Amino acid sequence: MIKTPVSLRRKNILDLASLSKEEIESILITAKEMKNVINRDIKKVPTLRGKSVVNLFFEPSTRTRTSFELAGKYLGADVVNITTSSSSVVKGESLRDTLMTVEAMGVDVIVMRHKAEGAALFATQCVSPVIINAGDGAHAHPTQGLLDLFTMKQHYDSLSGLKVVIVGDITHSRVARSNIAGLAKFGADVHLAGPKTLIPKDAESLGVTVHYNVEEALKDADVVNVLRIQLERQKSGLFPSPREYARIFGMNSKRLALAKPGALLLHPGPMNRGLEISPDIAYSDQSMIAGQVQNGLAVRMALLFLVTLGGKNIELLA
Amino acid sequence: MNYLLKGGRVINPAEQFDGLMDVLIEEGKIAKIGKKITAKDAKVMDMTGLVITPGLIDMHVHLRDPGLEAKEDMASGTRAAAAGGFTTIACMPNTKPIVDSSIVVEGILRRAAVEGLVHVAVIGSVSKGESGKELAEIGDMILSGAVAISDDGIYINQANLLKTGMEYTSMFDRIFITHAEEKSLVEEGVMHEGKISAKLGLKGRPSIAEDIAVARNIMLAEYTDTRLHIAHVSSRESVELIRQAKARGVKVTAEATPHHLALTDEAVLTFSTAAKVCPPLRSAEHVQAVRQGLLDGTIDAIATDHAPHAFEEKDCEYNDAPNGFAGLETALGVVLTELYHTKLMSLMDIVNKMSVAPAQLLNLKAGVLKVGASADITIINPELSWTVDSTGFYTKGKSTPFEGRKLIGKAVGTFVGGRLMMEQGNVLSE
Repeated sequence: MIKTPVSLRRKNILDLASLSKEEIESILITAKEMKNVINRDIKKVPTLRGKSVVNLFFEPSTRTRTSFELAGKYLGADVVNITTSSSSVVKGESLRDTLMTVEAMGVDVIVMRHKAEGAALFATQCVSPVIINAGDGAHAHPTQGLLDLFTMKQHYDSLSGLKVVIVGDITHSRVARSNIAGLAKFGADVHLAGPKTLIPKDAESLGVTVHYNVEEALKDADVVNVLRIQLERQKSGLFPSPREYARIFGMNSKRLALAKPGALLLHPGPMNRGLEISPDIAYSDQSMIAGQVQNGLAVRMALLFLVTLGGKNIELLA
Repeated sequence: MNYLLKGGRVINPAEQFDGLMDVLIEEGKIAKIGKKITAKDAKVMDMTGLVITPGLIDMHVHLRDPGLEAKEDMASGTRAAAAGGFTTIACMPNTKPIVDSSIVVEGILRRAAVEGLVHVAVIGSVSKGESGKELAEIGDMILSGAVAISDDGIYINQANLLKTGMEYTSMFDRIFITHAEEKSLVEEGVMHEGKISAKLGLKGRPSIAEDIAVARNIMLAEYTDTRLHIAHVSSRESVELIRQAKARGVKVTAEATPHHLALTDEAVLTFSTAAKVCPPLRSAEHVQAVRQGLLDGTIDAIATDHAPHAFEEKDCEYNDAPNGFAGLETALGVVLTELYHTKLMSLMDIVNKMSVAPAQLLNLKAGVLKVGASADITIINPELSWTVDSTGFYTKGKSTPFEGRKLIGKAVGTFVGGRLMMEQGNVLSE
């Protein structure tokens, strides 16, 4: 039996800001149970048998989509992937129409990724299945935020007072926003570091400390979360060159040494090795990057379980 | 029909008059203003508790007609105006075709004469096709009745064209209206750049984009001695720039919208496409500064920037939605609620900003209550409490950030040329 402190009080998972600390804890406790399932020889359980999940991805994704697909399949749900690289508007069909088409097929959960901020919230206003936000523009990526919290909680008893430094392109990062929102609930001390052109104006209003000097930010850090530099953004000239970025802001062993000994190194992937992160530390002992991927699967299984079955104490294994 | 309005509170800013009076309307004109008027063959209307003002004028409306009638047309737009208490509206040139020739000006005026419920004034474009490249036939349009010149929502990037357009327009003593937003700073932006955009991840439109454009436009107006009018001022610094320019004698005027006076960027927190507008809703400090600018006379007029869109255009992701929303039917209620009932402005001042000033800016023979003048009159119930429900709007554009908002004060009667076009919120001439 999985015993969760509270059931999820909401239907949809749109961002971490709207989840209570108790709800997040509930998800993380459930995720811990799910890890046990993942590590079995036979992973498939019938918990979500008869439920259907559609991964509706309007943006390219490998890890998140595969992770959701396997999460659904390991729990016995029927999972369908719909991938479209172009915006629904460009195709001539509105997002509402696409969602209604999916709804008409009787699905229980729609996992949606979209380039537009707020698209997942809009989806909840269009159709009745559960909506899980798998990333909406630069706004939120709640499952990434949850898996990062989960990874940190594996190593630290409490997140309260933990110094977490997020390095890189904050402006365009839904991962950063979700981390900030989630960590705030647990009283962590969040610092942002990167070029001024990649940190939003008024970022301090998010309850963080902003640094333009990475070395200064890293001092005594417990967790260093390195974000992917979105090279596609480079066209708009927000920093002069990848070479310069690597030299001034890139994470390497010398910089990582400024953090506390044994500080965790996170990266949401995919990595630009040699740019935002040097190859030698990417797979060092401090790196949790591979572990993050498995934790992501566990978190997504936990979420699918909780949103579909309401988080009641339900026997997971039949 | 003749009307005798009995016992209303007449507010006439042109004469600074505020008192209980009767008003007699005969043959489309104001026949008498006085106490205890009697008249045969006039429908007597009890105005107890109501305010009689010169007809409200909205100098910034997107009528969408011709060419974009799915969003709005002459009939629906002028009905919305009448419902909101407006007796004259000035329509912006971004139609299809663009209002860049006398033919289009005359076409709109002809259609307005046939289908319009209120007076329609036309604003001609600065450049052909609002392309920002080549001057439109500004003089020809003015001779055909255009009351002002503007490329409206288009920021004129070429300072040279702006200078030439101002110089040319100034020969005709018409205002030159500019949308002030330095384009390179706002290209992908969809909301005010600040705390809320940092939280939501939406791309910002920084207020300094407006400030830079206002500063540039003021300098060019000063250099060319042009009557420059800044549309929908929204930033603290641009209010200050206008204040300083006025103090040194530059012929600059400005307008603010009800939404920039009433709402902050927090309206975007739910990604509501109804709150997407250009310039964007800004933070509280900017709203406060715009209000202050209105109170101290830096901002001359209140205009709606009524920008209706079809339902499906706004029923989408925030980023993809067009800017703008309906404003004609909520403007007076919002202004009364936010500025009159909060004791910031008197009814006299509000009528001045919504009728007298726009009339003067557009050189219209309107905004006055005097014997012999066309009976363009708005009846206001300043205490009427109502809730915004866009399903009852006359405009085709049902999107409004004020949906569900409780407002106090409303127009309850609109006379246009002596004809009662709206009574108790119902437009009479269908």
